[in-house]
Amino acid sequence: MELHNLTVSELSKLLAKGEVSSVEVTTAIIDRIEAVENRVQAYVTRTAEKALEQAKAIDEARAKGEELGPLAGVPMALKDNICTEGIRTTCSSRILADWVPPYDATVVRNLKDAGSVMLGKLNMDEFAMGSSNENSSFFPTHNPWDYDRVPGGSSGGAVAAVAAGEAFYSLGSDTGGSIRQPASFCGVVGMKPTYGRVSRYGLIAFASSLDQIGPITKDVTDCALVQKAIAGHDAHDSTSADLPVPDYQEALKAEIKGLKIGIPKEYFAEGMEPEVEESVRKAIAKFEELGAICEETSLPHTEYALPAYYLVATAEASSNLARYDGVSYGLRVPGKDIVEMYMNTRSEGFGPEVKRRIMLGTYALSSGYYDAYYLKALKVRTLIRKDFDEAFKRYDVLATPTSPTVAFKLGEKAGDPLAMYLSDLCTIPINMAGLPAISLPCGFSQGLPIGLQLIGKPFDETTLLQAAYAFEQNTDYHRQRPDLGVA
Amino acid sequence: MDYEAVIGLEVHVELKTNSKAFCACTTSFGAEPNTHVCPVCLGMPGVLPVINRQVIEFGIMTGLALNCQIAPFCKYDRKNYYYPDLPKNFQTSQYDLPLANNGYLKINVDGEEKRIGITRVHMEEDAGKLVHVDGPGGGYSLVDYNRAGVPLLEIVSEPDMRLPSEARAYMEKLRSILLYLGVSDCKMEEGSLRCDANVSVRPRGSKTLGTKTEVKNMNSFRALQRALEYEIERQISVLEDGGKIQQATMSWDESRGITTVMRTKEEAHDYRYFPEPDLVPIEVDNEWIERVRKSLPELPDERSQRLINTYGLPQYDAQVITSSRDLAEYFDQVVAKFPDAKVVSNWIMGDFSRLLNANNLEPQNSPVPPEQLADLLQLQKEGTISGKIAKQVLEEMFKTGKKARQVVEEKGLVQISDADALGKIVNEVISANPKVVEDYRNGKDKALGFLVGQVMKATKGKANPGLVNKLLKEQL
Repeated sequence: MELHNLTVSELSKLLAKGEVSSVEVTTAIIDRIEAVENRVQAYVTRTAEKALEQAKAIDEARAKGEELGPLAGVPMALKDNICTEGIRTTCSSRILADWVPPYDATVVRNLKDAGSVMLGKLNMDEFAMGSSNENSSFFPTHNPWDYDRVPGGSSGGAVAAVAAGEAFYSLGSDTGGSIRQPASFCGVVGMKPTYGRVSRYGLIAFASSLDQIGPITKDVTDCALVQKAIAGHDAHDSTSADLPVPDYQEALKAEIKGLKIGIPKEYFAEGMEPEVEESVRKAIAKFEELGAICEETSLPHTEYALPAYYLVATAEASSNLARYDGVSYGLRVPGKDIVEMYMNTRSEGFGPEVKRRIMLGTYALSSGYYDAYYLKALKVRTLIRKDFDEAFKRYDVLATPTSPTVAFKLGEKAGDPLAMYLSDLCTIPINMAGLPAISLPCGFSQGLPIGLQLIGKPFDETTLLQAAYAFEQNTDYHRQRPDLGVA
Repeated sequence: MDYEAVIGLEVHVELKTNSKAFCACTTSFGAEPNTHVCPVCLGMPGVLPVINRQVIEFGIMTGLALNCQIAPFCKYDRKNYYYPDLPKNFQTSQYDLPLANNGYLKINVDGEEKRIGITRVHMEEDAGKLVHVDGPGGGYSLVDYNRAGVPLLEIVSEPDMRLPSEARAYMEKLRSILLYLGVSDCKMEEGSLRCDANVSVRPRGSKTLGTKTEVKNMNSFRALQRALEYEIERQISVLEDGGKIQQATMSWDESRGITTVMRTKEEAHDYRYFPEPDLVPIEVDNEWIERVRKSLPELPDERSQRLINTYGLPQYDAQVITSSRDLAEYFDQVVAKFPDAKVVSNWIMGDFSRLLNANNLEPQNSPVPPEQLADLLQLQKEGTISGKIAKQVLEEMFKTGKKARQVVEEKGLVQISDADALGKIVNEVISANPKVVEDYRNGKDKALGFLVGQVMKATKGKANPGLVNKLLKEQL
């Protein structure tokens, strides 16, 4: 088997046994990137030299007999909204195209401590706003399963890189489905942890009350490994939870017999592709086969989640993105006075979707509209949370499709923001409720992957991972790799 | 028509916490520009704020000292507006749920005590500082972010003041309380204490409020009073001329002595407040409040009452002395060694304060420590020196930092209380001024004063005045 097709856990064993060195693996992945990147276009910035230095350092540490964790020497990459000291972090936006952070995000520090080798920064929808990666200011990333299709978004580059063997794992961010929807489109595993489980310090904010960093991997075991490395309380993030982080990998093998799985009927809505529904239903049947108890349930306020989300997320974004003004960092387009400089900088620096959301959010917070829009949306959010609270009194896990469709064609929805927004129908309510959810491959439709979403109780990533692992052990969707048309 | 003004004040005070409100940078003043900064207070992409507990603690102290209710639950909000001194283009502040509300403080103007309501006390962060550099084409601006993120309290009063002098007294009292608490150094000239005034006028007796203006940019107590006097007069003359007050923000121009329009109501910001999602709400339980309450120092009003009760000081003296915590400390230390409190208060309010002000000093860094002032007063009481000489000695002590006894000895200022020695001088003065002596003998009592003065002059003020009087009368 070729090195780039290995999972993290498989590679980790080879590295530990000395059957392959980190430098060899890193070199192989850099070659792989060279070979496929002109078609996939997942990377915004590549840091091959630094990666080889890190790999060399790990190999030396290993040679000295230092005790190393499972991620040591494993090449990975990061969505380009996660700050890396000394390496430009762009959010795939012109406004930050040349911005080099003076500090590392907490997750980056965690991964450095774990001995990770970083290959570079991955393409995304500008400021994580989008569901197809077409909103990148630089170029769109292509779906490795079909280059004419989108990889999903906003973590499109982060997902495509893992699917195409251009990184063993990556970190993405998920505000309304930005890890799970592309994971579903590209046939990999993507998890959005509970809000507060992973520090957001150094994640360039889109919507602060919804954003969460999470792992993108080839299988559930890897997801557990990476999640363990990045999770935990951080004094730099007041919203991070001060709770112990379980050993997820250790917990994977638990039986799921008797596990109670709820199937919320609202998530099988009109507009869903029949092949998607069929695969998800089959996956549910597989769970029953494995001893889980599955029954239909209802989350009655689901239909309001999407409109409420587009008020809360855009309101927060309008404030979070106010700092990009050309004054002290990032793009500056001069003007005759400060106001004109603001306008020129932001007009040229932001793309149309970002501008649309800033305007929407500014409007929602405006005097006279606040109660009708923002405040109402917060109330809806509470109702959505209560729906889940009720459901979790009866079920351990909820199962739904991740996306109503498989990957769509590049350009297909680019001109229709509403159609694009509907792509996140099944993932948005989970962010509104702050819950953990994972997407894992559960089938194919005309050669394109389909994703199953499992939703868990707050801070109970363990049960999610157990259920996902049990499913994975009894299926082989996760072992399918796209044919990239290269040697 | 007779008008009355209605004044409310919004005061911003910089807290002297060790670190800024949401990061670990120092709050100290006067450093090179942009050296007390980090990614958090520069508002860089990806950073998050973390609440500084000391800010809440100082907020609770201030709230309690101002007789406020401390909210068991409060939160931070974002106040959104664009300005280049504001790194994130929003200020982290508190909107609808402030830390403390519904309090008051007492002021005393012309012997009358008045209670001024405190609407709320809330926590927020300061902005940076713009420096405008003139040059061809209008010049340019530089930003210093050292101050960005320094914690502030905003203290909002009720519109309970009617006179500029009341507004000034309110500010002075508030400053005094904040200094007692030690939560701020309250330097108006450095901007650590700032104040905006909302002011309107109405016919006396009217219950409805007139249209108000907000006056900014008053950088001293005097400026506050002058600006309000000007603005009230301006509003009255607009009304007298049949005009209407335009709701506006006015700026006080200290050099021209006028207020000018900064922006009108139409240009007012829509701040789009919403809850700060990066911070969790703050819960203050009773235990915390009680712990802070117990740790509060004695405040000006209590201290003043104590001086009245313990030493029988007049209320005026007690208030002047307790207006500054340092002055009150100084007073206590002098009285500990020289227990005649009224004499001490006279000296402290008089020559001591005059010398402090003239030398731009604070009591704690005065060259005359309290025990030395006590010694000086002791010398006077013993009769070693006269009151007049004591004033000279104090000036010398201020100048040289020498002890009272040392000055008296070195300069030979010991009072002449020797009847023989003085008698000789008295006789000399009598023989040198036959005309005056005659006047006195003819019943002109004033003439005696002249003769006493001559004796004092001859002894360079060292003669014991009581003894001189006695000897003169005997000889005449």
